[in-house]
Amino acid sequence: MDLGFWLPILVLSSSLITGLIIFFLKEESTGLRTVLNLLAAAFKVVAVHYMAFRLLVLDKAHEVSFSMGLGFDFVLRVDFLSLMFVSLSSNLWLVTTLYAVGYLEGSPNRSRFFGFFSLCVTASTGIALAGNLITFFIFYEFLTLVTYPLVVHRETRTALEAGRTYLWYTILGGSFLFVGVVWLQVIAGPLDFIDTGILEGLGSEHHRTLSIIFLLLIVGLGVKAALVPLHGWLPVAMVAPAPVSALLHAVAVVKAGAFGIVRVVFDVFGRDFAGFLGLLAPLAGAAALTIIFGSVRALYQTDLKKRLAYSTVSQVSYITIGAAVIAPFSTVGAIVHLVHQGVMKITLFFCAGNIAETLGLHKIRDIKGVARRMPVTAGLFTIAAFGMIGVPPLAGFISKWYLGIGGLDAGKDWILAVLVLSSILNSAYFLPVIHAMWFEHPDKEWKTLRPSRFEAPWTLLLPPLITAAAALLAGILAGWEWSPLGVAKQIAQGMGVYP
Amino acid sequence: MLELMVLIPFSGAVLCLFLPGQLRRWPGLLSAGSVLMISVLLARDIYLHGAIRRHLGGWVEPLGIGLHIDGLSVFFILMTGLVGFLVSLYSFSQFSFGRSRDQAAHFWPLWLLLWGALNTLFFVSDIFNSYVVLELISISAAALAALSGSRASLVAALRYFLVAMAGSMAFLLGIGFIYAQAGTLDMFLISAAEPGDPLMAAALGLMTVGLIMKTALFPFHFWLPPAHGEAPAPVSAVLSALVIKGSFYLLLRLWFSAFAGNIINPPVAAVMGGLGFAAVIWGSYQAIIQDRLKLIIAYSSIGQIGYLFILFPLMFVSADPAWQTEAWTACTYQTISHGLAKAALFLAAGNLIQASGTDNIRSMRNIAGRLPMTTFTLGLAGVSLMGLPPSGGFVAKWMLLQSILASGQWWLAAAPVLGGLLTAAYIFKILAHTFISDENSVCCLPVSYLMEKSALLLAIFSILIGFRAEEVIFMLENRMSFEIIGGSP
Repeated sequence: MDLGFWLPILVLSSSLITGLIIFFLKEESTGLRTVLNLLAAAFKVVAVHYMAFRLLVLDKAHEVSFSMGLGFDFVLRVDFLSLMFVSLSSNLWLVTTLYAVGYLEGSPNRSRFFGFFSLCVTASTGIALAGNLITFFIFYEFLTLVTYPLVVHRETRTALEAGRTYLWYTILGGSFLFVGVVWLQVIAGPLDFIDTGILEGLGSEHHRTLSIIFLLLIVGLGVKAALVPLHGWLPVAMVAPAPVSALLHAVAVVKAGAFGIVRVVFDVFGRDFAGFLGLLAPLAGAAALTIIFGSVRALYQTDLKKRLAYSTVSQVSYITIGAAVIAPFSTVGAIVHLVHQGVMKITLFFCAGNIAETLGLHKIRDIKGVARRMPVTAGLFTIAAFGMIGVPPLAGFISKWYLGIGGLDAGKDWILAVLVLSSILNSAYFLPVIHAMWFEHPDKEWKTLRPSRFEAPWTLLLPPLITAAAALLAGILAGWEWSPLGVAKQIAQGMGVYP
Repeated sequence: MLELMVLIPFSGAVLCLFLPGQLRRWPGLLSAGSVLMISVLLARDIYLHGAIRRHLGGWVEPLGIGLHIDGLSVFFILMTGLVGFLVSLYSFSQFSFGRSRDQAAHFWPLWLLLWGALNTLFFVSDIFNSYVVLELISISAAALAALSGSRASLVAALRYFLVAMAGSMAFLLGIGFIYAQAGTLDMFLISAAEPGDPLMAAALGLMTVGLIMKTALFPFHFWLPPAHGEAPAPVSAVLSALVIKGSFYLLLRLWFSAFAGNIINPPVAAVMGGLGFAAVIWGSYQAIIQDRLKLIIAYSSIGQIGYLFILFPLMFVSADPAWQTEAWTACTYQTISHGLAKAALFLAAGNLIQASGTDNIRSMRNIAGRLPMTTFTLGLAGVSLMGLPPSGGFVAKWMLLQSILASGQWWLAAAPVLGGLLTAAYIFKILAHTFISDENSVCCLPVSYLMEKSALLLAIFSILIGFRAEEVIFMLENRMSFEIIGGSP
């Protein structure tokens, strides 16, 4: 058996087949469904890491390619960047599945939920492994479709409204991306992701067209990456169940957009060529605007999940700003933040979900003194929030450090100013929450919605524990060769943009 | 084998007439199954060995009847076979319920007659015979449209019949011109005739108008929504997925086979493209504002037909043959994937209507929970219609946009993009209503397993064909009995 061919397919289909089987399971067969879900997720983690081992240590290539006619190739290829993203998504899928099993215990329509949940992970795996822009687009649109049922899962009026908003934004964005990709293919032929970009050789008569195409692509990707003013769907989509929000913000939708921007800038246009066309400065500007705008809006939110959502708007654009600055450290910062933001944000959402699920608290003013009742959850939330603010030695600090130095290296001091301002704003919206949790007194008695041995069911506690530990370790062990930072450096070296 | 494709449905239809009403479905289903099987064998044969030309009874043109089957006809035959079989499966079950039993007695012979006529249309190479078959199609289709027997359906069917007849008249007049001028009606012989004759141009014009009326291109679409909306579900499926494609097939043959390289008229092609564009926008917009499920789907057909006509300007402006092939493939893909997806939608709509007892989507409740398989069918078929990946509709739209951009006719690019967005609007309008739950409403009447499954299968096929574009391209490039020539302006 040729593993170079079958492993990517195996990685992709482990969640696809699971999803399809789960649709046909009876609603009551909870046990079977849970076992199937966890087994598939665990299998995927193992397969992904075996694939990583083969690529990194044995130096074996992994590629799957089907011609669909007329330059329309379906390609899965594993490079360092895809490995990083697929490893993030498979690991977070495992913990989120565990969390979702606990979170949705006893609620209706779970077969449908877990079916689409698996398909959602399939889509983000496909996005990670896509070897050219066309394949990427296919999975990107597939992701839109399979997340819709998750967003409207509760079937309430607000959920349906949110679903509609979400669809309008993403389908419109998808159309922009569609035109951009097709147009680019007409000009440039097959759009394989190559580390140095593929467009530099095109004649100068195409440069204007290429700029327009870049704009189309960034608008299409920017909708999912929540670039201001395309972010409107994200705060509304908060009505989805907590595990969905966690997944959406950490690895699936939002991250797919950011990952796409990284791919387009580095592997399609080529960072230097995009800079030469003058496309990166506006992109950096849009990202900076988003970072500040998202943080300011987060300050005004009274709902905990909404505050986290606006925080995502802001934090994800760190990736974009890093990609848009021509400096080695910025590139590393952008790539490593793909992982760091994921583990930190998923922890925050897990914790918010725990508080909502066990005590029924959603508003920030209600969570005063929650740490007395739920010390572990509050502790994990605090770790992740400190990480977001950028307190050393947590993961967020590493990202901000690299991005800041990169900005200085490129002679763009204003980037540092944006980062500092953002960190101040991060503190301004996270610290009051943390203060309220630990140091204030509750106004009224809490009623426990889900009694359990610990402060919350173990399925709800273990996942944030793991991800918070990951956020901590990613910072402490940053110097290690195989830490997210180490891998990010190797990816940047592969692109020839890091010494 | 060619002969069997016609003989089986026709003799099935005759056999039906001798059987009592309830037994008629058996020869119906049997014919459907065997025609599908032969279609697949035929397609395999063409794929391996190339196009076939034959003469009925050994008489050669211009005396005998010429038959030919190539890459293009194969796809129409396959689509008809697949849709036809699954619709038959659906009807087998649907028409066994109470009141609709009487309809079954009329449905089966008419439907088999229609099927046989469609198959014939896809391989006669003689225009007069095409006309005869076209008449047969129109008559049986109009009769089927009146099947439900309600006053509204009778009015709609009569209007449909009159429009179809007017179209036939124009077509027949065109045939007269051709015969007077060229002395032959065989497509192969016409294609060899002297180019640039004004009378031939007039003939092509008349025939084009006639066929456009039957294909329901905007602004000749007015008869379609009531006729397709009032008919029983399997009939709507057949009318939308197959019947309008029959006249479109003939249009393709005339423009790109018989008259290719003869009377090339880019401005006329541009007008047809423009009408197609208008159809995409208008049909989709009308679909959005409807509240009756079947009317939404019927108007959607008008929009989806519009895409097909964008082929015409592309074939005459694109200088590069590779992009012409792509436009051509896009058109074939759109035809097939729309056929499958639309049939699936109509059958699923039939299930919803049977379950909830109403055609109004605003009064449908608790559908997603009670009929998950049908909801899933709606979703899958919707994906293909919207042109989202991975689906046949996506491949079609991708190729269409690509050849539009390559030909430099930017304004046409708005059609697939806007069309996709508008389609999303009405598909999600339907889907969102199926999610609304209401504790008080009484739901639902039972829907048979076979009915749900056959609709689902059609939807699955409309997705699956998105994975194998290569064979389609191969067939359209290398298995044609005519050169496809767009000609250059």
